[in-house]
Amino acid sequence: MKLKLHIWRQDNAKTAGKMVSYDANHVSPDMSFLEMLDVLNQELITKGDDPVAFDHDCREGICGACSMVINGIPHGPQRATTTCQLHMRSFKDGDEVYIEPWRAEPFPVIKDLAVDRAALDRIIAAGGFISVGTGAPPDGNAIPIAKEISDLAMDAAACIGCGACVAACPNGSAMLFTAAKVSHLNLLPQGEPEKDQRVINMVAQMDAEGFGNCTNYAECQAACPKEISIQFIAKMNRDLIRAKLREGNNAGSGKTGGA
Amino acid sequence: MTGVLSFYRTSIGKKVVMAVTGLIGVGFVIGHMLGNLQIYLGAEALNKYAAFLKSTGELLIVVRVVLLTAVILHIIAAVQLTIENRKSRPQRYVKKQHVESTFASRTMRYGGFILLLFIVYHILHFTIGKAPGGPQPFDVHNVYNNVVYGFQNLWVSLFYILAMLALGLHMAHGVWSLFQTLGLNNRRFNRLLRNAALGIGTLLFLGNISIPIAVLVGFLEPVAK
Ligand code: HEM
Ligand code: SF4
Ligand code: FES
Repeated sequence: MKLKLHIWRQDNAKTAGKMVSYDANHVSPDMSFLEMLDVLNQELITKGDDPVAFDHDCREGICGACSMVINGIPHGPQRATTTCQLHMRSFKDGDEVYIEPWRAEPFPVIKDLAVDRAALDRIIAAGGFISVGTGAPPDGNAIPIAKEISDLAMDAAACIGCGACVAACPNGSAMLFTAAKVSHLNLLPQGEPEKDQRVINMVAQMDAEGFGNCTNYAECQAACPKEISIQFIAKMNRDLIRAKLREGNNAGSGKTGGA
Repeated sequence: MTGVLSFYRTSIGKKVVMAVTGLIGVGFVIGHMLGNLQIYLGAEALNKYAAFLKSTGELLIVVRVVLLTAVILHIIAAVQLTIENRKSRPQRYVKKQHVESTFASRTMRYGGFILLLFIVYHILHFTIGKAPGGPQPFDVHNVYNNVVYGFQNLWVSLFYILAMLALGLHMAHGVWSLFQTLGLNNRRFNRLLRNAALGIGTLLFLGNISIPIAVLVGFLEPVAK
């Protein structure tokens, strides 16, 4: 089939970008979206043109690299699917396809569709860990955890850090990502001791990076390839309110957070 | 105090202020509508209710101060959040689709602005009696006639109906949103809260617009004193 592509081309964060149109004339419905772009790039290289830069790595829906907004939806029209797992059978012959990078102030464009998502890494570094001595591995199941709680923590831990939630949010908010990362540790006994500091520090980092605020649009959960629910945002808000109240209790102890 | 300020500085802290002040507003608009609907019980009932409210003296002042403070804080937080949100998306999408957000959620800022204009006009109109297009003659002791004369002006009635549409939409998202913001939501309650918000928004819209419509069609008429 044949497609008309409109792709955002931008040399780097300092230059202005623009949409450029391309004809993709040899598209098989069995190709993945990224393979379709590979074919386009091969043609561009053969012609001596600059290929379209885009991020990709695992190509099996687990690394979160393949960031692009396709026809106004991060990762394209199919729900719960990353771009690399999206196939061209989701499109019809003659379709026009708009392809743009994640757009958010904290995600500067590196080139074309590739953006710098280090801001998300810095949010993780602010609290997405547990502090334990790494000695011999503990016995499996030494700490009892209720099935529902471990399932819920697993749902949150499914986040692959792709940033589609930020891209989809009309406010450029990273609340869904941060909520997933806070929740999957805060739900578990291993995360319990640092629960309050974790949520306070990760939210502070999220704000410092310049992400927008949540207005509960729910566009993030619609775009999330791992179907993370905005119920985790409610949980993060709850955790933050509690942590801030307890911080008041501990005032004067010289330390923030704690139980 | 520094604790409160450091919380307000976070994005979520500002949203909590929106939610708490919004909740005060929700309580007020529901009570206010129930009070107003007494107009269908006749002039005497409504005027007696109005006289009772005025007789509460200090309590009335406290309530007014709380409401005014809530509205001011709500607006300040709304403006700050909106400015921050605009900053985080400087380059807009060439093509953008909405998948799950509701029309009500996307119009909170515009509806909120209409509500601000409405609140100012409404107070000038029925509380002070000095609004352009306001009821003639205005009599502080005959609230019933003020309402009827006020709504006999078609343009004023249409503005009220528009403002109530904005209120209904603001509530259809806001009542659910405030619970989500305060963290008082989970998978079990989500549907219930969504439906409650839609129901409250719809009832507020229909209940309130019934009054100007009843006046315009001649169902409610001025009474001789
Ligand atoms: C005076 C003018 C008003 C303005 C400018 C305004 C503006 C806004 C804005 C911008 C939001 C944020 C939307 C969001 O975050 O999703 C909001 C939320 C809200 N507003 Fe208003 N509003 C006004 C009046 C009111 C009134 C009169 C009420 C109550 C009847 C109210 C109740 C709420 C509620 C419950 C929320 C949801 C809070 C949350 O998301 O947690 N607002 N308003
Ligand atoms: S919450 Fe979903 S959309 Fe956001 S980064 Fe994680 S996987 Fe991606
Ligand atoms: S390339 Fe790894 S998720 Fe798409």
